[in-house]
This record gives sequence, C-alpha cells and structure tokens, in this order.
Amino acid sequence: MSAATIVNLPDQKTAVIPKKNYINAEDGILSWLFTADHKRIAILYLISITFFFLVGGTFAGLIRLELLTPQPDLVASDTYNKLFTMHGIVMIFLFLVPSIPATLGNFLIPIMIGTRDLAFPKINLLSWYLYMFGAIFLSAAIVLGGVDTGWTFTTPLSTHYLNTHVVTAGLGVFIVGFSSIFTGLNFIVTIHRMRAPGMTWFRLPLFVWSNYAASVLMVLGTPVLAITLVLVVLERTIGIGVFDPTKGGDPLLFQHLFWFYSHPAVYIMILPGFGVISEVMSTFSRKRVFGYSAVAFSSVAIALFGFFVWAHHMFIMGVSNYSALVFSLLTMLVAVPSAIKVFNWSFTMQKGSITFETPMLYALAFIGLFTIGGLTGVFLGSLGMDIHLTETYFIVAHFHYVMVGGMLMAFLAGLHFWWPKLTGRMYPESISQLSAVTSFIGFNLTFMPQFMLGYLGMPRRYHSYPPEFQVLNVLSTAGATVLGFGFLMPVLYLLWSLKYGKIAGNNPWQATGLEWQIQSPPLTENFIEMPVMDHEAYDYEWLAHKTEQEVTTVG
Amino acid sequence: MDNAIVATHDTHVEEHHVELPQLRHHFETEEQQREAGTFGMWLFLLTEIMFFGGLFFAYLLYRNWYNPAFVAASNQLSIPLGTVNTAVLISSGFFMALGVWAAEVRKKSLLVLFLILTNIAGLAFLGVKAVEYKEKWDKHHIPGAHFDITEFVNPPLNPKTGKPVEEPLSPDMAQKTQLFFVLYFAMTGMHALHMVIGIVLLFWLTYRANRGEFTEGYVAPIENFGLYWHFVDIVWIFLFPLLYLINRHPGT
Ligand SMILES: [Cu+2]
Repeated sequence: MSAATIVNLPDQKTAVIPKKNYINAEDGILSWLFTADHKRIAILYLISITFFFLVGGTFAGLIRLELLTPQPDLVASDTYNKLFTMHGIVMIFLFLVPSIPATLGNFLIPIMIGTRDLAFPKINLLSWYLYMFGAIFLSAAIVLGGVDTGWTFTTPLSTHYLNTHVVTAGLGVFIVGFSSIFTGLNFIVTIHRMRAPGMTWFRLPLFVWSNYAASVLMVLGTPVLAITLVLVVLERTIGIGVFDPTKGGDPLLFQHLFWFYSHPAVYIMILPGFGVISEVMSTFSRKRVFGYSAVAFSSVAIALFGFFVWAHHMFIMGVSNYSALVFSLLTMLVAVPSAIKVFNWSFTMQKGSITFETPMLYALAFIGLFTIGGLTGVFLGSLGMDIHLTETYFIVAHFHYVMVGGMLMAFLAGLHFWWPKLTGRMYPESISQLSAVTSFIGFNLTFMPQFMLGYLGMPRRYHSYPPEFQVLNVLSTAGATVLGFGFLMPVLYLLWSLKYGKIAGNNPWQATGLEWQIQSPPLTENFIEMPVMDHEAYDYEWLAHKTEQEVTTVG
Repeated sequence: MDNAIVATHDTHVEEHHVELPQLRHHFETEEQQREAGTFGMWLFLLTEIMFFGGLFFAYLLYRNWYNPAFVAASNQLSIPLGTVNTAVLISSGFFMALGVWAAEVRKKSLLVLFLILTNIAGLAFLGVKAVEYKEKWDKHHIPGAHFDITEFVNPPLNPKTGKPVEEPLSPDMAQKTQLFFVLYFAMTGMHALHMVIGIVLLFWLTYRANRGEFTEGYVAPIENFGLYWHFVDIVWIFLFPLLYLINRHPGT
C-alpha cells in the first residue's frame, strides 16, 4: 500500500447510541465501585486523575502567581516550598504515571488485542483502590500542613531537617507505586497471553507496544522506589542510618536508588503518549505508520536504555568522572530511538490525506513540543552544559516540555480521539480545536521564557529573584494563565458533550483499529463473537474494502 | 452491529475439555487462564527481586566500605541456628513441591497433609528467627538509641589463650556495625514478612484444599502459591551466606 486511501467520514445523523453497552449494563454507584470491567475501571481512573490534575494545576497556578513579582509577597517561603513539592508529587504520582495507561490503556488494550478483559480483572480493580488509598495519604499530607522536600524526597533534607508530613507523603507514594506495579503486570500478562487468534506481535497497534514497554518499566522500576521510600521512612522515624553520614550511611545511595526508578519513570510517563501519537498520526493521515517495526522496537529500546542513564541526575553530586562520562554517553543514546519515532511520525504524514481534527492538532503540538523537550535533554545530558544548567529553570522548562508538552498533549489527543468510543458521543469540534491551539500557544508562552531564565541563571525552587528576571517571569505567568484556560476548556466541554454531544457511531474517524469495529460505547464483553485478525494494523485498504461489502444489520 | 471483522471462532479446542466453574468468563480456554496466572506470578516475583535488590545493593556497598565492622558484626550471628533454619526452610519447600504434585495427581488428603507440613516448617523457621532476634535484643544489637558497641571495641577474652576472641575495632569503625544490623534486620525482617504472608495464605489454601477445591483438576492456586513459597526460600538461600557465612574470620 503506497498512497493514502481516502475514506469519507460516515454520516453521523443515522447513528444511535446502542441500547446495551457497558455504561448502562448495571446501575447504581456500587455497580461501579465493585466492577471488574476494565472499561468501567478506566472511567473510575479518568475521574480520579482529572480531579488530581486540577489539584496539581491549582498549585502550579499559585506558584506562577507568586513568581509574578521579584519579592516574596503572595506566600511565605516555606509555603512556597510546599506548593512546588505538592505540585510535583500530585502531578507525577497521581496524574502523569497513571494518566494514559490506567485510563486509555485500561479501556483500549483488551479491545485492541481482541479479548474481553484484562487477564486479572480483580487485580485491576485493586489497582484503582490502591491508587485511591495512596491518594488519601497524599491528600492527608496536604491537608495536615503539606510536605516541602521537593518531589524527590532528597536526603538528608527529608530525613533530618524538615518538620513536615514526609512520612505520610512517603507512604502515599509507596502505596500508589503498587497500583502502578499491578497495572503494569496486568498489561504484560494480557498482551502476552490474551491476544485474539491472528493477532501476532507485529499486528498489534503501536499503542499496545508502547504501553507494553511502559509496563516493563513499571514492573521493574517501581519496587526499587518502594524499598527506597521504606528506608527513608525508617530513617526518619527510627534513625536507621542507611542514608545518614554520621552513622556511616551515604545520601548518594539514596540518589542512586531513587533515580534508578525516577529516570525510567519519565519513560513510564511518556511511552504511552508515544503510542497515542502513533494511532492519531496514522488515522488522520489515513496511512499506515511509516516504519511500523522501527517505531515498535524503539519503544522497547527506550525502555531498555532508560534503565542505564539514571546517574545523569547526579552529575553535580560527586559521582566519579568516568561514570559521569558513561552515563552522559548513554543518555545521548536515548535520543536515537526517540528521534526514530519523531522521524517516522513525520514520514507517516508525507503524502497522506491529512485532516486537522482536534486529536491531530494535539498530536502535532506533541511532536513540536516533545522535539524541543527531547533536544534540550541532550543539552542537559552533556557534562559541561549540565553543570551550568542543572538546578535552574532550564531543567524546569525541559521536563515540562516533555511531560506537559509531550505527555499531557498526548493524553488530550488520545482523550479526544477515543472520546466517541468511551462515551458514544462526539466532543464539540470547533471549540476543542480552539482549546488545542490555546494550549499550544499558552504552553510555549509559559515555558519558553523559562529556558531563557534558566540559561541566565535563575535557580529553580526559589520564590524570590533579582528584578532583572521579572519581564520573563511575567511572560511565563501570562502564558500559564492562557494555558490554564486551554486545559480548563476540555474539562467543561467534554462534560457538556456527555449529554449534548452528537452521537458518534461506531467508527467516526474511519480508523482501522479493532476498537473502532465494535459499537460505541462497547458492550461489557466488548465483542459479540471473538474477533480473528486477518490483516496488518493500520490497513486502510482492508477498511475501505470492508466498508464496501458491509451489510446493514439491525443492531 | 458490525460483523465484517468477526468470524466464528474455532471451537475445536473447547470441545476437548470439561468446562470448570473456575474458568473466568474472559478467558477463552482453561489453559489460557492457567498460563496467564503462572505468568503473572512470575512477573510478580520479578518485582519482588527488584524490591529486595535495593537492599542487597545497599548491603554490598556498605560491606565493601566498612568490611571490618561487617565481619565483626556477622560473627555475632549464630551459624548453627542459621543452618538449622536453612534446613527447615528447604524441607518446607520440599513439602510444598510434594503438595503441588499431590494436587496434580488429585490426592486430597495428601495435599492437605503436605500443606500442613509446609506450614509447620514455615512456623518453625519464624520461631528460630524469633530466638535469634531475642538474642540481638538482649545484647543491645538492635539499631537505635540503645545500640551498644562495647562488644566490638572491647571484645571478650578467650579464657584459654587470654587473647580477645575478635580483633578489637576502633570506636569509629565499631559504630558501623550498626549499619550491618540495620541491613540484617531490614533484609531478614522483609523476608520474615513474606513468610508471614505466605503462612496466612497457607491456612486459607489448606482450608480450601480440605474442601476438595484443588484436587479436581484446578491446581493453579496451589501451583502459583508454590512459586511464591519457593521464591521466599530462594531469598533466604541468598541471605544466609551473605549475612552469616562469607568472610567470617579474615586472615585465617
Ligand atoms: Cu533522567
């Protein structure tokens, strides 16, 4: 298949919401709280992470408001420390890590591979309860007065010098960690053992591949974080001395253990986003993803390399020159599979018949912003530059370009793309296009000035700064306001669309994935008869051919 | 409903086995369910390895840095008790393996017997461990405010030769024995916690086995628990030499 196949979108006027689907299969709040249906659990997750996204976003707003002026005026210094700590903890552990896997992944992976549910539905529900249980601990830590260690729980600051709720927060993150371990475990087993007949590894949608790679990282990395946090809590409560130099311990050991998880955690957060972009790019270019196997293997390569670069967070902490050299080199190697992905997405669009619906706009925003985020990562991976830029706003801008510009844009791309499948209704197109553009502009306005601030030497985590930095900070805060509107709009119009959105029909995008060949919203058991996969992923000719032969049946 | 992609599924496989009530609705075949369960268990054990991995890493690092302190402190552990416990745990694993076999050949009373024997051995292990912990308590070798380094700075004299039984440590190095005991308690404590969880599960499995749940062809829970139990055994097989045996008397 060389050129793109042009398909007309179906007439949605005739579509109706199916009488039976997973949403109305059972009634009452308890039927949701005790469900074992992966789709309902995905919705539970979606509601919870949206709530915590708004909480974390509020903290971000307060931070930007404080930084409007050089003087500390809005909040006291220690309150400011708590704000950025809780912004980080909430956004990373309660939003970004579960964002795509636990919602879209949970909903779609079983359908994409052609099965009725994840391998362990009850463990899936347990993951959500663990998430909520951990979230309660973290909320308690916030309500009781906050934490101010930074999201990194750096020792000896966290173990000896602070009088805030470190133990509560640490336990919260520990518990949430098990929720992500179980999600990852469930995905890996499901993808290995539950694929439909004919669904070979190289017919899997790339979304499944990238979630698989992320799951491997969750399963291998998170336990190390768990034991590290246990040691921090023990150090703080009974003074075991593992990280305490006065007793012979070494704070650097904490750094090694913490970053052994927390660097791969970056890929736990971004890899599922890559998967969304592959799906969206293919669908709105009406072309098979260019270099399917290269994209698939680059996910695996990123997961693999991701485990051997952690010490790039420690270049200024006294690791030896030789290990710094090796870690710097390995860090730059990660850029190779990431670049493979970006090139392949770009080539997917070449000669495609591209349309610019909202998911595609978010995906294009992703490609631009992620590229900047990734390239500045190479700056930081090189030793000399890192000494100058580390612990400045350059780092802050870099990881927000990857995490917000990358992951959050991908999440929104995916949420809009699959919203018709999740709910059976379309989101309103023009206002959501507006919100995509608003977020893109607002995002760049917020974080581009931070690159400059960091390069000029403004350190992160301070709530006052020399007056000459004010112009850029005002720009950044103005951008954050725009960005805030950009992110608030989807929350409102998506809720609106639940009732008033146009009825979507089975396959509003004329996409090829298995999930689009069933009704929307799907049945509890997903498929009436189990599917047999007899073609490659992203085979638009198969789809065009199929539509020709389609016979209208009474549903 | 859209039918183009669905084809009648090959029902050939299903005809050959008896549908069991334990088959969950979302699995196509019982074999698939069993494979998924076992695979999931292996993955879980992998996360456990990573969990213990952090502690092993810390132990190796500090052992390397503070070798004299770690050697002196590990001499405090009782090899006889450790050896007895290793034997107890290996026999517990042996009974567990027999239990899996009994479930597979559908012998209910044998299965219950082996599960009980596994459990007794597990409890015996924890009993010996408690004796060892008690001894550390009496000697003030529990890390914390009451930790006492006297024994490492002024080791008791050997009545026959009149020389100290151990090489005396400088007070500074003797402080580092506390790190050894921290890691000793963290690692054996974490291991014991896994044993306790295993024993609770064993009681439950024994109860269900006694009702005949696992001797009608549905052996997955017994198999998967067996994997878990053997894993806990293996962790001990690494802990025992690392904490008790290696390099006890340097230079001799
Ligand atoms: Cu990193």
